[in-house]
Amino acid sequence: MIKIESLTRSFGRFTAVDGISFMVSPGEVLGFLGPNGAGKSTTMKILTGFLEATSGTVSVMGHDVANEPKAVQALVGYLPEGAPLYGDMTVRGFLNFIGQARGFRGDELKQRVSSVVQKVQLSRVLDQTIDTLSKGFKRRVGLAQAIIHDPKVLVLDEPTDGLDPNQKHQVRELIRNLSKDKIVIISTHILEEVSAVCTRALILASGKVVFDGTPDALSRLSRHHNAIAIKLAAQQDAASALSAIDGVASVDSDPQTGSFIVYPLNGMSLLREVNQVIHRNGWDVEELHVEKGRLDDVFRQVTLEGVST
Amino acid sequence: MSMGVIVRRELNSYFSTPLAYVFIAIFLMLSGLFTFYLGRFYERGQADLIAFFSFMPWLYLVLVPSIAMRLWAEERKSGTIELLMTLPISTFTVVLGKFVAAWLFVGVALALTFPIWLTVNYLGEPDNGVVIASYLGSWFMAGGFLAIGSCLSACTKNQVVAFILTLVICFMFVVSGFPLVQDFFSAWAPLWMIDWLSSLSFLTHFDAISRGVIDLRDILYFIVMMGSWLLATTIVINLKKAD
Repeated sequence: MIKIESLTRSFGRFTAVDGISFMVSPGEVLGFLGPNGAGKSTTMKILTGFLEATSGTVSVMGHDVANEPKAVQALVGYLPEGAPLYGDMTVRGFLNFIGQARGFRGDELKQRVSSVVQKVQLSRVLDQTIDTLSKGFKRRVGLAQAIIHDPKVLVLDEPTDGLDPNQKHQVRELIRNLSKDKIVIISTHILEEVSAVCTRALILASGKVVFDGTPDALSRLSRHHNAIAIKLAAQQDAASALSAIDGVASVDSDPQTGSFIVYPLNGMSLLREVNQVIHRNGWDVEELHVEKGRLDDVFRQVTLEGVST
Repeated sequence: MSMGVIVRRELNSYFSTPLAYVFIAIFLMLSGLFTFYLGRFYERGQADLIAFFSFMPWLYLVLVPSIAMRLWAEERKSGTIELLMTLPISTFTVVLGKFVAAWLFVGVALALTFPIWLTVNYLGEPDNGVVIASYLGSWFMAGGFLAIGSCLSACTKNQVVAFILTLVICFMFVVSGFPLVQDFFSAWAPLWMIDWLSSLSFLTHFDAISRGVIDLRDILYFIVMMGSWLLATTIVINLKKAD
C-alpha cells in the first residue's frame, strides 16, 4: 500500500507538486499522466526517496519515506526517466553491482542476476558494454536493475519513451507479467499505454490531480465515447434523420464522402436506434462502427481545464 | 558491506576507461621529470627523495583535480545519481566509497613510482623510514586534495568547472603557508591569524611529514581535512541533487 497525503514540493517559487493525495493498493497498475512539467517525475522522485517533500507525507507499506528512506528504497524498484546507466560497465557488471548494492551476495546474487537476465532477455548482450547497446536494450537493462530484488513497488518513469513500436510492446508485455501482486506506477504521456497496461489512470496538471479513475472511465469522458461512424454508399442527406433520434447530441456530416458521426448524449449506446433508422430509410451502408473514447481529446480537455481552474 | 560495493564499482570504472592509464602514465612521467630536471636529483648527490617529494604538492595540484572532477559532476550530468541515490545506501556511504576508490587509485599511481625509491637505494643508503613517512604523507595530502575536489565536483554538472574550482581552492590551501603569502599578511595581520593561515596550509603539514617527522597532529590535520570536505560533499549533494 502506498499512501500519499497532501504532498507538496516547490522549487524556489515554482510549485511542482501542489497538495496531491492518493492511495495505491497491491495489484494495481497506476498510470501517471499529465503534460510535461505537471509534476509526475517529481512525485516519483519523492516516492523513491530521491527528493524530499516540501510538505505532506508519503508512506510505502507503512514506512514513511522521510523518516525511513532506506526501508522504503529496499522495497521499491525504480527506473528513472531516460533510464540512466553506467555506460562504461558491461551489462553483467552493472547488474552485479546493483544486486550487491541491494545486499545480495554469492549464489543468491548469481541466481538473481540470471533470473532477471532471462526475464528481460538480456543474455545476448550480457558481456557488452552498456554504451554499445541499442536504446531498446538499454531500457531493458534499466528495467532489469529495477526488478532485480523482486520489489513490492515498481516505479517506472516513462519506460517506453523513445522506443520503437516493437520495443514498446515488449516493455508493456514485461510490465503486464510483472504486475500480479505488486504496485506498479508508470508515468507516460502516451495515452494508449494507459489502456494497454494500467488498471487505473491518474492525471496531473500543474501539480494537482485532475482525474483519478479507470482507463474506461477516462475514455467515457470523451464525446467520441459510443459515437457511431457511418459511411453511406450513395450521397444523401442523412443528417436530419439521424439527429431526430432520441438521445443524439449532435451529428457531424461530410456529404462529399457520405460519412456521418453520431454523437450520443452522456455516452449512451445508440447502435440499435441508428440501425432502425438505416433500415427504415433503406440506406446502403458501406461502413459502420462504434467509436471508443478518444483519450487525447479527454487528456486535453481535462488538463487544460485543470490549468484554468 | 555496501561501501565496498561502491569502491569496487568505482575502481573498475577507472580501469575500464583510458582515464586510469593516461593518469598513471602522466603522473609517472611528470614526477620523473620534476625529480631529475627541476629537482636536480643527481646533482644534489644525496641519497634521499627530497627532490621527488618536494614537487608532489604541485603535481597533485594539477593532476588530482582531474580525478576528482568526475566524481559527482559526471553522475549528475548523466542522471545516474538518481539511480545511485535511490539504492538503499546512505549518501555519506556513497560519498565515502567514491572518495576511497579515488584515493586508492592515487595510491596505486604513487606506489608505481617505486623505481625511484629503488634507484636511490641502489645509489646510496637513504633513510627508508623517512621515505616511507614521505610516501604516507604524500598519500594523505592527495586525500586532502581529493576531498576538496569531491565537494566541488558535487557543486556542478560541468566537469571543467569542477576542475578549475578545485584547482583554485587547492592552490589556496597550498600557498597559504608560503613565505610570499605570509609576508603579505605579516605586515598588518595579528600573529594568531598568520599562524592560523599557515596551519591551514597543506605544505606546512606535508613538509613535516616528508622530513620524516610523523607528528600525530599533521596526520590528524589531513584526516580532519578529508572528513570535513566529505561531510560538505554530502550536504551539497543533498541540497543540489534536485537540479
